[in-house]
Amino acid sequence: MDTLKKVGRWFDERLHLTQLYASSAGHPIPRLSASWWYVFGSASLICFVLQVVTGVCLALVYVPSPNDAYASLEYLNYQQTLGWFLRAVHNWGSIFMVGLMTAHMIQVFLFGAYKYPRELTWVVGCVLFLLTLGAAFTGQIMRFDQDAYWGLQIGMSISSRIPVVGADLVQLIQGGPIIGAETLSRFFALHVFVLPGLTIALLVVHLRLVLTRGINEYPVAGESVDPETYQARYDALLERTGIRFVPDGIDKDLIFGALVIFSILGCAAYFGPVGPNGPADPTLLNTVPRPDFYFLSLFAAFALMPPYLEDFVIVCILPVAVLALFAIPFVSNRGEKHPARRPGAVIGTVMIMTTLCVLAWEGVDSPWSPKMDAWSGEPVPPHLLEGRTPLELQGALLLQSKQCRNCHALDEEGGHRGPDLTDVAMRLTADQLVRQVLQGGGNMPAYAKNLQPDEVSALVAFMRTLHPANALPARDSAVPAVPGNQPRNE
Amino acid sequence: MPDHDHDHDHGDPPPSLPPVDRRSFLFSIGIGLNAIAASLVAVPIVGYLASAAFERKAQQAWIPLGELEQFPEQATRLATYRNPFTTPWDGVTGDIPCWVRRKQGGEFQIFAINCAHLGCPVRWFEESRLFMCPCHGGVYYEDGSVASGPPPRGLYEYEYRVKNKRLEVRGGRTPTTSQSV
Repeated sequence: MDTLKKVGRWFDERLHLTQLYASSAGHPIPRLSASWWYVFGSASLICFVLQVVTGVCLALVYVPSPNDAYASLEYLNYQQTLGWFLRAVHNWGSIFMVGLMTAHMIQVFLFGAYKYPRELTWVVGCVLFLLTLGAAFTGQIMRFDQDAYWGLQIGMSISSRIPVVGADLVQLIQGGPIIGAETLSRFFALHVFVLPGLTIALLVVHLRLVLTRGINEYPVAGESVDPETYQARYDALLERTGIRFVPDGIDKDLIFGALVIFSILGCAAYFGPVGPNGPADPTLLNTVPRPDFYFLSLFAAFALMPPYLEDFVIVCILPVAVLALFAIPFVSNRGEKHPARRPGAVIGTVMIMTTLCVLAWEGVDSPWSPKMDAWSGEPVPPHLLEGRTPLELQGALLLQSKQCRNCHALDEEGGHRGPDLTDVAMRLTADQLVRQVLQGGGNMPAYAKNLQPDEVSALVAFMRTLHPANALPARDSAVPAVPGNQPRNE
Repeated sequence: MPDHDHDHDHGDPPPSLPPVDRRSFLFSIGIGLNAIAASLVAVPIVGYLASAAFERKAQQAWIPLGELEQFPEQATRLATYRNPFTTPWDGVTGDIPCWVRRKQGGEFQIFAINCAHLGCPVRWFEESRLFMCPCHGGVYYEDGSVASGPPPRGLYEYEYRVKNKRLEVRGGRTPTTSQSV
């Protein structure tokens, strides 16, 4: 035992481990900060380490060239021992990392941890968050499939909307006139060298700042931050309730971190890897590109915002939103920390997160997009065909063959770009139907050039039958209503 | 720390010397040399990186799309060309599709595959004579004009010419808002 101690002391004399421990892992924290609310940062760090390890493993096999990327991913999935599992862990690791960093950011914001003297910790954290989103996007590109290719195309189109530099920027990112080999190589270099390198560098700064100014104390309602007195009060708090982070305050971080790893491994084992979904061949048009979940809300926003706002959003709103995130600690770096005394902060957070979640939810369904195969693939509900005349049946056929179902649902089946037609006869008279079909309007194309007059009659005859059995169809208000005596076709 | 003090004792200049002593002079030289070295490294790196944007090689060329009889009048057909500005390892990403509408005789309209909204691939629907986009719901008439949805303009149109009964298209780069085909 004595020899062991001697050896230990010999090394410590040379490596200064005790000193290092006291100034890092063993630094004092307020007892209440060892809380379940304070576990998200360390869990994000664990995810990052997992991403680096699995990422290096994947890079051993993956080939970043459009010729071979797809095949090398298939190889990883089906031939490389446990390749499918590491791909799945890397994917779920990124999902958890983005989720946990979001949770970390919300917690830090609601607990007022960004206020004096931790403004720079917040700023560096924001950069880390952006870097993580960048890694998520470039990672989606590594899965060089149809979603990746068209996701990249969407990214290029958004960049090209930036005035003056747009065209040059697109060329710079693509590395050429089209998305191709140089584009994939660029994103590979970003994904495996640049973004992780910057992340490591800034992580060091982030953690260093936590050590320098101490972890945020658990907020107490009524206690206000004042730069004049803050440090003295924090020191007094440490004096009264300080414990060493390791080993006294790290228990919850350890437990939560382990649970996070279990969850990632569990999800990876259960759900398996994502894709690759079809090779990135631009001539394969039978594709419905969707981004990974982190960017679904942005994707949805571009479908739902009025078109005239798009350029303004790209050039002004997005950069201003990012700047606002960075500016938070400089706008308010004193005052109350407790969320109960900052209702604006709580409401703002809830509103922003609700908006993002609802947009992402809408993005999954994308009701604004025509359903490309509804016209040939969705059955016509039989009860809408029973007892119809040949003319009306002809109309039902036209409703399918003219691809109306791509945007209009019957019994909620079909596209949802336009209104469901199941009871359209209650909303529009025959004349209004004719006008709507021929002239379009309200986001519907005009079909005057594509339909013969007899086709229009058949189509409208069918649509006039689309109302519940116990309800009257819409009628021209100039014609007196005679219940039970409604003409079949006006 | 005693170590540092020791260091200082060595460096303290005798009071009789002028303010610029040998050590700070060499320090300035060192900084200067490294500034030059850094810019010597930076210039080629920046040039290397920015060349894609500022030193553009030719990006447009006449590319044959096919014989004229491949494109019946009054019809819209998918055609594919190999982008001439590709590397051998570009793979299938160098195969670029486009929609060819032959109005009549030698009158054509050749549309880029990319939606004018955010670049997704539009699909032609013969029966309703519409192009539909699967991303944000952009719809175009057969002449490429916007029928509905968010696109700020009609489909991008390639220049074309008919040479020796063959249809040729002037292509080579993906169209975007700031730079059409």
